[in-house]
Amino acid sequence: MVDLSLHLMDIMQNSVVVGSTFVEVGISAEKSRNLLTIYVKDDGWGMSPETVKRVSDPFYTTRSTRKAGLGIPLLTDAAQMAGGEVHIESEAGRGTTVTATFQIDNIDRKPLGDVAETMTASIMGYPDMEFHLILKNEDTEYVFRTEDVREQIGEVPINDIEIISFIRDMLNEQITLIFGGILNEIIS
Amino acid sequence: MKSLAELAELRKKSLDAINMRDGHAHKRVVVGMATCGIAAGARPVMNAFTEELKKRNINDVTVGMTGCMGMCVLEPMVDVYDENGEKITYVKMNPEKVARVVAEHIVNGQPVTEYTIANENL
Ligand SMILES: Nc1ncnc2c1ncn2[C@@H]1O[C@H](COP(=O)(O)OP(=O)(O)O)[C@@H](O)[C@H]1O
Ligand code: FES
Ligand SMILES: [Mg+2]
Repeated sequence: MVDLSLHLMDIMQNSVVVGSTFVEVGISAEKSRNLLTIYVKDDGWGMSPETVKRVSDPFYTTRSTRKAGLGIPLLTDAAQMAGGEVHIESEAGRGTTVTATFQIDNIDRKPLGDVAETMTASIMGYPDMEFHLILKNEDTEYVFRTEDVREQIGEVPINDIEIISFIRDMLNEQITLIFGGILNEIIS
Repeated sequence: MKSLAELAELRKKSLDAINMRDGHAHKRVVVGMATCGIAAGARPVMNAFTEELKKRNINDVTVGMTGCMGMCVLEPMVDVYDENGEKITYVKMNPEKVARVVAEHIVNGQPVTEYTIANENL
């Protein structure tokens, strides 16, 4: 994966196939702590402690005979390369949160990439689910929720191409606005 | 700066389009979005379909996604279903190819055989 928005897309794909009704993506930059945190949270089936262990430990995974997934190990690599880590919090029946951290100024930190496109592609693919995007930069915060869009568009489906295109433009504006000052550091 | 309130305008426009297309069968695009597909560029391919359809004012084609399509080396893969549910599978897609698939297959009903899985020497 060349950027973090592609990792997010991939981690979101895990969330949409486990019976979730919503998926929340968070991106938070704390320059003072040199810390970039991204997370994907869902209310799906969740994982047993055993599965959490299996997916977060690459050694554990390679030794199992079952065909192991690639997505979480790739994210773990990306985080570790940039001085961070991946943390999975999951409860069977309640949902899962996958969190990855990165040192903002680490030269091996991947650029943020096109988060707006990740969101709109997911909304397009799963129009019956609710998606949230929460952007934070120190004290500034922006919250996007598909519920709020639906309130405006009434009977028009959210995967209508005009609506999707509007959401994409709006999110791009907000991403630039929120991360503006340190944009080049986050989107290298 | 765009605000959610502007969506009310779009709502009217989209509703008119929906009312016009009601009833008849339509084409469907499905993009493979497994880890391998994403790494190979599936998301920009999906977006290119959306953009191309928007540019041409085509609003009766749905663009969706699926997981594993079975052949990592041929990703990004895209299935295009016609009005009768007939499927054509495109392989190793990119945004430039998308423009041609929309123009020739979706608009004119002529699949771009060069890009199809049938054209691969498997
Ligand atoms: N959000 C989630 N909810 C429940 N299970 C998950 C979630 N994310 C990952 N998993 C479990 O972890 C496994 C590994 O995920 P991943 O590394 O993305 O590989 P893959 O998706 O190809 O299986 C999944 O197959 C699934 O069993
Ligand atoms: S994992 Fe690559 S096509 Fe299925
Ligand atoms: Mg996965």
